[in-house]
Amino acid sequence: MSADLERALDRISRVRGVRGSMYVAADDGLVVAQLLMETVNGKAVAALAAALARKVGGAASATGAGRVRFLRMDAADGTLLIVPAPRDLLVVALTDPRVNVGLCRLEMMRAAEAAA
Amino acid sequence: MTTAVVELWTEPPLIRYLAQSSARFVVVMTPAGQVLAQHGFARAVDLMGVAALGAAIMASSGALADLMGEATFGALFHAGQRHGIHLAVCRTPRGPLVILTVFGRETSIGLVGFFFDEFAAALHAAAPADRERGPILAEDFEAELGQSLASLFGR
Repeated sequence: MSADLERALDRISRVRGVRGSMYVAADDGLVVAQLLMETVNGKAVAALAAALARKVGGAASATGAGRVRFLRMDAADGTLLIVPAPRDLLVVALTDPRVNVGLCRLEMMRAAEAAA
Repeated sequence: MTTAVVELWTEPPLIRYLAQSSARFVVVMTPAGQVLAQHGFARAVDLMGVAALGAAIMASSGALADLMGEATFGALFHAGQRHGIHLAVCRTPRGPLVILTVFGRETSIGLVGFFFDEFAAALHAAAPADRERGPILAEDFEAELGQSLASLFGR
Protein backbone atom coordinates (compact mmCIF):
# COMPACT_ATOMS: atom_id res chain seq x y z
CA MET A 1 0.00 0.00 0.00
CA SER A 2 1.48 3.35 -0.97
CA ALA A 3 2.17 5.76 1.85
CA ASP A 4 -0.30 8.35 0.54
CA LEU A 5 -3.18 5.91 0.42
CA GLU A 6 -2.25 4.52 3.81
CA ARG A 7 -2.25 8.00 5.33
CA ALA A 8 -5.60 8.82 3.74
CA LEU A 9 -7.20 5.67 5.13
CA ASP A 10 -5.67 6.36 8.50
CA ARG A 11 -7.30 9.82 8.56
CA ILE A 12 -10.70 8.33 7.77
CA SER A 13 -10.28 5.68 10.45
CA ARG A 14 -9.52 8.35 13.05
CA VAL A 15 -13.08 9.68 12.76
CA ARG A 16 -14.99 8.39 15.76
CA GLY A 17 -17.30 5.52 14.84
CA VAL A 18 -15.47 4.41 11.70
CA ARG A 19 -14.98 0.63 11.70
CA GLY A 20 -12.93 0.50 8.58
CA SER A 21 -12.05 2.19 5.34
CA MET A 22 -10.73 0.95 2.04
CA TYR A 23 -9.94 1.69 -1.57
CA VAL A 24 -11.84 -0.67 -3.84
CA ALA A 25 -11.47 -1.28 -7.57
CA ALA A 26 -14.83 -0.11 -8.91
CA ASP A 27 -14.99 -2.57 -11.80
CA ASP A 28 -13.71 -5.63 -9.98
CA GLY A 29 -14.96 -5.14 -6.43
CA LEU A 30 -11.53 -6.10 -5.14
CA VAL A 31 -9.74 -4.43 -2.25
CA VAL A 32 -6.84 -2.21 -3.30
CA ALA A 33 -5.93 -1.00 0.20
CA GLN A 34 -7.70 -1.31 3.51
CA LEU A 35 -7.59 -0.40 7.16
CA LEU A 36 -10.21 -2.38 9.02
CA MET A 37 -11.22 -3.57 12.44
CA GLU A 38 -10.70 -7.32 12.79
CA THR A 39 -14.44 -8.00 12.81
CA VAL A 40 -15.03 -6.44 9.38
CA ASN A 41 -15.01 -8.78 6.36
CA GLY A 42 -13.15 -6.58 3.89
CA LYS A 43 -13.66 -8.90 0.93
CA ALA A 44 -17.43 -8.84 1.42
CA VAL A 45 -17.66 -5.09 1.99
CA ALA A 46 -15.55 -4.37 -1.10
CA ALA A 47 -17.53 -6.66 -3.37
CA LEU A 48 -20.92 -5.46 -2.20
CA ALA A 49 -19.96 -1.77 -2.11
CA ALA A 50 -18.73 -1.95 -5.72
CA ALA A 51 -21.93 -3.70 -6.79
CA LEU A 52 -24.02 -1.06 -5.00
CA ALA A 53 -22.03 1.78 -6.53
CA ARG A 54 -22.45 0.30 -10.00
CA LYS A 55 -26.22 -0.08 -9.59
CA VAL A 56 -26.69 3.40 -8.18
CA GLY A 57 -24.41 4.86 -10.84
CA GLY A 58 -26.56 3.22 -13.50
CA ALA A 59 -29.74 4.56 -11.91
CA ALA A 60 -28.29 8.08 -11.63
CA SER A 61 -27.23 8.02 -15.23
CA ALA A 62 -30.60 6.70 -16.41
CA THR A 63 -32.48 9.42 -14.56
CA GLY A 64 -30.21 12.17 -15.87
CA ALA A 65 -28.82 12.91 -12.41
CA GLY A 66 -25.25 12.68 -13.64
CA ARG A 67 -22.22 11.27 -11.93
CA VAL A 68 -22.64 9.99 -8.38
CA ARG A 69 -20.46 11.92 -5.93
CA PHE A 70 -21.42 10.40 -2.62
CA LEU A 71 -23.38 7.34 -1.55
CA ARG A 72 -24.76 6.68 1.89
CA MET A 73 -26.58 3.54 2.97
CA ASP A 74 -28.00 3.59 6.50
CA ALA A 75 -28.79 0.25 8.09
CA ALA A 76 -29.88 -0.68 11.59
CA ASP A 77 -26.40 -1.51 12.85
CA GLY A 78 -24.15 0.50 10.61
CA THR A 79 -23.65 2.85 7.72
CA LEU A 80 -21.85 2.32 4.45
CA LEU A 81 -20.34 5.40 2.78
CA ILE A 82 -18.90 5.43 -0.73
CA VAL A 83 -17.07 8.17 -2.63
CA PRO A 84 -15.96 7.56 -6.24
CA ALA A 85 -12.28 8.33 -6.76
CA PRO A 86 -9.99 8.73 -9.80
CA ARG A 87 -8.48 5.67 -11.51
CA ASP A 88 -11.75 3.75 -11.26
CA LEU A 89 -11.46 3.46 -7.50
CA LEU A 90 -13.99 3.83 -4.72
CA VAL A 91 -13.27 5.09 -1.23
CA VAL A 92 -15.45 3.04 1.10
CA ALA A 93 -16.06 3.47 4.82
CA LEU A 94 -18.04 1.27 7.15
CA THR A 95 -19.20 3.08 10.28
CA ASP A 96 -21.37 2.92 13.36
CA PRO A 97 -24.87 4.38 12.86
CA ARG A 98 -24.11 7.53 14.86
CA VAL A 99 -20.91 8.53 13.10
CA ASN A 100 -20.36 12.16 12.12
CA VAL A 101 -21.13 11.62 8.43
CA GLY A 102 -20.04 15.12 7.39
CA LEU A 103 -16.60 14.73 8.89
CA CYS A 104 -16.22 11.22 7.50
CA ARG A 105 -17.29 12.42 4.05
CA LEU A 106 -14.72 15.22 4.16
CA GLU A 107 -11.93 12.76 4.92
CA MET A 108 -13.20 10.42 2.21
CA MET A 109 -13.13 13.26 -0.34
CA ARG A 110 -9.53 13.95 0.66
CA ALA A 111 -8.79 10.26 0.26
CA ALA A 112 -10.31 10.36 -3.22
CA GLU A 113 -7.99 13.26 -4.11
CA ALA A 114 -5.03 11.31 -2.75
CA ALA A 115 -5.73 8.56 -5.28
CA ALA A 116 -5.37 10.94 -8.25
CA MET B 1 -30.03 -21.57 -19.24
CA THR B 2 -29.82 -25.15 -18.09
CA THR B 3 -28.50 -26.53 -14.83
CA ALA B 4 -27.69 -30.23 -14.73
CA VAL B 5 -26.03 -32.35 -12.07
CA VAL B 6 -24.60 -35.85 -11.96
CA GLU B 7 -24.42 -35.95 -8.17
CA LEU B 8 -27.55 -34.55 -6.56
CA TRP B 9 -25.87 -33.14 -3.43
CA THR B 10 -24.18 -30.52 -5.62
CA GLU B 11 -27.45 -29.03 -6.87
CA PRO B 12 -28.73 -26.85 -3.96
CA PRO B 13 -25.35 -25.17 -3.37
CA LEU B 14 -24.93 -24.64 -7.12
CA ILE B 15 -28.35 -23.04 -7.56
CA ARG B 16 -27.72 -20.72 -4.63
CA TYR B 17 -24.29 -19.79 -5.99
CA LEU B 18 -25.75 -19.00 -9.41
CA ALA B 19 -28.41 -16.75 -7.89
CA GLN B 20 -25.92 -14.92 -5.68
CA SER B 21 -23.02 -14.48 -8.07
CA SER B 22 -24.95 -13.93 -11.34
CA ALA B 23 -22.47 -16.25 -13.03
CA ARG B 24 -23.19 -17.23 -16.63
CA PHE B 25 -21.50 -20.64 -16.69
CA VAL B 26 -20.34 -22.88 -13.85
CA VAL B 27 -18.66 -26.26 -14.03
CA VAL B 28 -18.06 -28.43 -10.94
CA MET B 29 -15.59 -31.17 -11.78
CA THR B 30 -12.96 -33.46 -10.37
CA PRO B 31 -9.28 -32.60 -10.88
CA ALA B 32 -9.35 -35.20 -13.69
CA GLY B 33 -11.99 -33.16 -15.53
CA GLN B 34 -14.98 -35.39 -14.78
CA VAL B 35 -18.01 -33.11 -14.56
CA LEU B 36 -20.30 -33.44 -11.52
CA ALA B 37 -22.53 -30.46 -12.22
CA GLN B 38 -22.81 -27.66 -14.73
CA HIS B 39 -24.84 -24.61 -15.57
CA GLY B 40 -25.12 -22.81 -18.88
CA PHE B 41 -23.72 -25.27 -21.40
CA ALA B 42 -26.11 -26.53 -24.03
CA ARG B 43 -23.68 -28.70 -25.96
CA ALA B 44 -21.67 -31.64 -24.60
CA VAL B 45 -18.70 -30.83 -26.80
CA ASP B 46 -18.38 -27.31 -25.31
CA LEU B 47 -18.58 -28.65 -21.78
CA MET B 48 -16.00 -31.36 -22.46
CA GLY B 49 -13.56 -28.83 -23.87
CA VAL B 50 -14.03 -26.37 -21.02
CA ALA B 51 -13.73 -29.08 -18.37
CA ALA B 52 -10.57 -30.50 -19.90
CA LEU B 53 -8.95 -27.07 -20.19
CA GLY B 54 -10.01 -26.03 -16.68
CA ALA B 55 -8.61 -29.22 -15.17
CA ALA B 56 -5.40 -28.78 -17.15
CA ILE B 57 -4.98 -25.18 -15.96
CA MET B 58 -5.43 -26.25 -12.34
CA ALA B 59 -2.97 -29.13 -12.79
CA SER B 60 -0.30 -26.89 -14.31
CA SER B 61 -0.91 -24.22 -11.68
CA GLY B 62 -0.54 -26.86 -8.95
CA ALA B 63 2.72 -28.07 -10.49
CA LEU B 64 3.99 -24.48 -10.65
CA ALA B 65 3.02 -23.98 -6.99
CA ASP B 66 5.03 -27.10 -6.10
CA LEU B 67 8.07 -25.71 -7.88
CA MET B 68 7.73 -22.42 -6.02
CA GLY B 69 7.35 -24.19 -2.67
CA GLU B 70 3.73 -23.08 -2.31
CA ALA B 71 0.97 -25.41 -1.13
CA THR B 72 -1.41 -23.88 -3.65
CA PHE B 73 -2.03 -20.65 -5.52
CA GLY B 74 -5.66 -20.58 -4.49
CA ALA B 75 -8.02 -19.08 -7.03
CA LEU B 76 -7.03 -18.08 -10.56
CA PHE B 77 -8.73 -15.16 -12.26
CA HIS B 78 -8.59 -14.11 -15.89
CA ALA B 79 -10.29 -10.95 -17.10
CA GLY B 80 -11.52 -10.52 -20.65
CA GLN B 81 -13.40 -7.76 -22.44
CA ARG B 82 -16.80 -9.40 -22.06
CA HIS B 83 -16.18 -12.36 -19.77
CA GLY B 84 -14.00 -13.22 -16.80
CA ILE B 85 -13.19 -16.63 -15.41
CA HIS B 86 -12.62 -17.70 -11.83
CA LEU B 87 -11.03 -21.08 -11.30
CA ALA B 88 -10.48 -22.56 -7.85
CA VAL B 89 -10.31 -25.80 -5.90
CA CYS B 90 -12.82 -26.68 -3.21
CA ARG B 91 -11.99 -29.36 -0.62
CA THR B 92 -14.80 -31.76 0.23
CA PRO B 93 -15.07 -35.10 2.05
CA ARG B 94 -15.42 -36.67 -1.42
CA GLY B 95 -12.06 -35.26 -2.42
CA PRO B 96 -11.03 -32.00 -4.09
CA LEU B 97 -13.27 -30.44 -6.73
CA VAL B 98 -12.30 -27.90 -9.36
CA ILE B 99 -14.85 -25.17 -9.97
CA LEU B 100 -14.81 -22.99 -13.05
CA THR B 101 -17.02 -19.91 -13.07
CA VAL B 102 -17.54 -17.74 -16.15
CA PHE B 103 -19.09 -14.35 -15.51
CA GLY B 104 -19.97 -11.23 -17.44
CA ARG B 105 -20.02 -7.51 -16.73
CA GLU B 106 -23.30 -7.75 -14.79
CA THR B 107 -21.25 -8.96 -11.82
CA SER B 108 -17.61 -8.66 -10.73
CA ILE B 109 -14.68 -10.81 -9.68
CA GLY B 110 -15.12 -9.43 -6.16
CA LEU B 111 -18.69 -10.70 -5.92
CA VAL B 112 -17.85 -14.02 -7.56
CA GLY B 113 -14.93 -14.55 -5.21
CA PHE B 114 -16.97 -13.61 -2.18
CA PHE B 115 -19.87 -15.93 -3.04
CA PHE B 116 -17.47 -18.67 -4.16
CA ASP B 117 -16.26 -18.96 -0.56
CA GLU B 118 -19.86 -19.61 0.54
CA PHE B 119 -20.35 -22.07 -2.33
CA ALA B 120 -17.21 -24.01 -1.37
CA ALA B 121 -18.35 -24.17 2.25
CA ALA B 122 -21.82 -25.36 1.19
CA LEU B 123 -20.35 -28.06 -1.05
CA HIS B 124 -18.10 -29.20 1.77
CA ALA B 125 -21.08 -29.42 4.11
CA ALA B 126 -23.30 -31.20 1.56
CA ALA B 127 -20.79 -33.74 0.29
CA PRO B 128 -21.45 -37.29 1.49
CA ALA B 129 -18.62 -38.40 3.73
CA ASP B 130 -19.02 -42.10 2.99
CA ARG B 131 -16.11 -42.44 0.62
CA GLU B 132 -13.54 -40.25 -1.05
CA ARG B 133 -13.61 -40.37 -4.82
CA GLY B 134 -10.55 -42.32 -5.98
CA PRO B 135 -8.41 -41.46 -8.95
CA ILE B 136 -9.98 -42.35 -12.29
CA LEU B 137 -8.00 -45.00 -14.11
CA ALA B 138 -7.31 -44.58 -17.80
CA GLU B 139 -9.37 -47.64 -18.69
CA ASP B 140 -12.38 -46.25 -16.76
CA PHE B 141 -12.12 -42.70 -18.00
CA GLU B 142 -14.08 -42.98 -21.21
CA ALA B 143 -16.91 -44.89 -19.56
CA GLU B 144 -17.03 -42.39 -16.66
CA LEU B 145 -17.02 -39.47 -19.09
CA GLY B 146 -19.77 -41.04 -21.16
CA GLN B 147 -21.92 -41.61 -18.06
CA SER B 148 -21.42 -38.03 -16.89
CA LEU B 149 -22.36 -36.55 -20.24
CA ALA B 150 -25.38 -38.83 -20.51
CA SER B 151 -26.56 -37.60 -17.09
CA LEU B 152 -25.88 -33.96 -17.88
CA PHE B 153 -27.39 -33.86 -21.35
CA GLY B 154 -29.90 -36.69 -21.13
CA ARG B 155 -28.36 -38.76 -23.91
